[in-house]
Amino acid sequence: MELVMAVAVGILFTIGVYLILSKSLLRIVLGTSLLTHGVHLLLMTMAGLKKGSAPVLGKADTYVDPLPQALILTSIVISFGVTAFYFVLAYRSYQALGTDEIDSIKEDKE
Amino acid sequence: MSNLLVLPILIPLCTAVILIFFKEKIRLQRGISAVSGMLNILIAVLLVARVHAEGIQTLQMGGWAPPYGIVFVGDMFAVLLVTMASVVSFAILLYSFHSIGEKRERFYYYTFFQFLLVGVYGSFLTGDIFNLFVFFEVMLISSYALISIGGTRLQLRETSKYLLINIVSSTLFVAAVAYLYASVGTLNMAHLSQRISEAGQGGVLNVIAVLFLIVFSLKAGLFLFFWLPGSYSAPPAAVRALFGALLTKVGLYAIIRTFTLLFVNDPGFTQSWIAWMAAVTMILGGLGAVAYKDIPRILNYNVIISVGFVAFGLAAGTRDALDGTVFYLLHDMLAKGLMYILGGIIISAAGTDRLNSMGGMIKKYPFIGWMFFILTLALVGIPPLSGFAGKVLIIRGALDTGMLTLSLIGLGSSFLVLYSLIKVFRQAFWGNEPENDQPKVSLKWASAVAGGLLVLVIAMGIGAEFVFTYVSQAGEVLASPVQYIEAVMKKE
Repeated sequence: MELVMAVAVGILFTIGVYLILSKSLLRIVLGTSLLTHGVHLLLMTMAGLKKGSAPVLGKADTYVDPLPQALILTSIVISFGVTAFYFVLAYRSYQALGTDEIDSIKEDKE
Repeated sequence: MSNLLVLPILIPLCTAVILIFFKEKIRLQRGISAVSGMLNILIAVLLVARVHAEGIQTLQMGGWAPPYGIVFVGDMFAVLLVTMASVVSFAILLYSFHSIGEKRERFYYYTFFQFLLVGVYGSFLTGDIFNLFVFFEVMLISSYALISIGGTRLQLRETSKYLLINIVSSTLFVAAVAYLYASVGTLNMAHLSQRISEAGQGGVLNVIAVLFLIVFSLKAGLFLFFWLPGSYSAPPAAVRALFGALLTKVGLYAIIRTFTLLFVNDPGFTQSWIAWMAAVTMILGGLGAVAYKDIPRILNYNVIISVGFVAFGLAAGTRDALDGTVFYLLHDMLAKGLMYILGGIIISAAGTDRLNSMGGMIKKYPFIGWMFFILTLALVGIPPLSGFAGKVLIIRGALDTGMLTLSLIGLGSSFLVLYSLIKVFRQAFWGNEPENDQPKVSLKWASAVAGGLLVLVIAMGIGAEFVFTYVSQAGEVLASPVQYIEAVMKKE
């Protein structure tokens, strides 16, 4: 199971990096959110995907590791905030600079 | 009481929250942030005194013993950095009163300022690797806001680059934490250090070490500094001072902490990586500082040179070199803060940031000119000033380990610092005044702030022996991580 997840994470990273290297700002933002998806899946996978009950105290004998879930939850909220900021920034630069092509907003003097 | 350790984080946090309520009342905002800044300096000095007297302070959040809970650790290195950061940020705060402009102040400038400080102090004091990530994000998100506030074209353009770089490096940080958790199964730094030593740090742990090095180098501008010169020239001078003095230093702190505490068992491998990165950083930073003719870029490349120099001290890794690294890092926060403030003053006095259209300012602003000159000497490391002791210790440590080439590069970089800053001094202050005569600007307040910092730079150089008693206590813990581990993992 870990192997399948590793491949999935790898694919997410590949697409994310490819999108980040593209010209349009919107595609770059999408790329960053794919990257964060990949890294969250990675965090879950690296902690082990052993079978066990959900980490809510009950009658089960084994539970899955609760720590990485907390880490992922923290990281999701952070990247959500940053992505929201990035989208608004992209929108503002589209308004102010009139383009979302990263190449065409190069050196100009104030 | 041991809760003292959390106050440097708690005070700016509460201040920031309070400031949100007074959006329109600028005077009140200034007053509150100034009081909180002073309080923070006081607390930080108290912390230094306590750590000096009683050794490493730890605070277990919620009473959970490490490694299960989050622990805050104040060793001498961390509390010295907190002290210096609080002093420098206070000066920058005072400078912002004069320079930042009402439009920005009205838009939660001081709130973002305080949140940035929360992130910086938190990163220095935390003893948990994931908590370090969270404090990094607190710092970075505030810095995104500070770099873009005002929304000029230049700022919008540079913010999106800065944002992208930091999102990628934060993603890598989480990936590195994931790998580390998978290999050793803990997140507490002291416990990590123990487990990594037990595992003998080879193979995959070395790979993780390099991944951490890449992440923190992106933050600190060590070798991977391509984003820094552009991004740091976008925001106004006060914000730039804050970034130049604090942000890269937090990355450096993380590198030093990681490679003196966690990944210490294969020094030949990690040290050589840091060494060549430091060498390339100093060379490229030096070239950039010499090449440009506008003040922001020259100053930005000077930051890069000093990042390389600190990393060089870490790479040398002897006791002397580590003491020197701590000393140099403290000096550099102070001096870089002052350098950006003076740079901002010069730009607002001349009305331009191009060196070619400046000249003859020594007649109108003699005080500022000579302050800049003394600061240049301090940054180069001329003996009675603060840059000297750190550089000597680092070079001596490096020569002890036979790193001759790197020492030469380090010394050579000092000449490039001298050349680039004297170029600014000569162009801006000597020569003939330009045709389009600028009206004389009132700079009393800003000059007073800069003067205060300059006094500290001089005092730190003259009182180097006094400072050194504290610095060597910090170097001692860096040189033998056992003390840190014992302080954190002590049995109650």
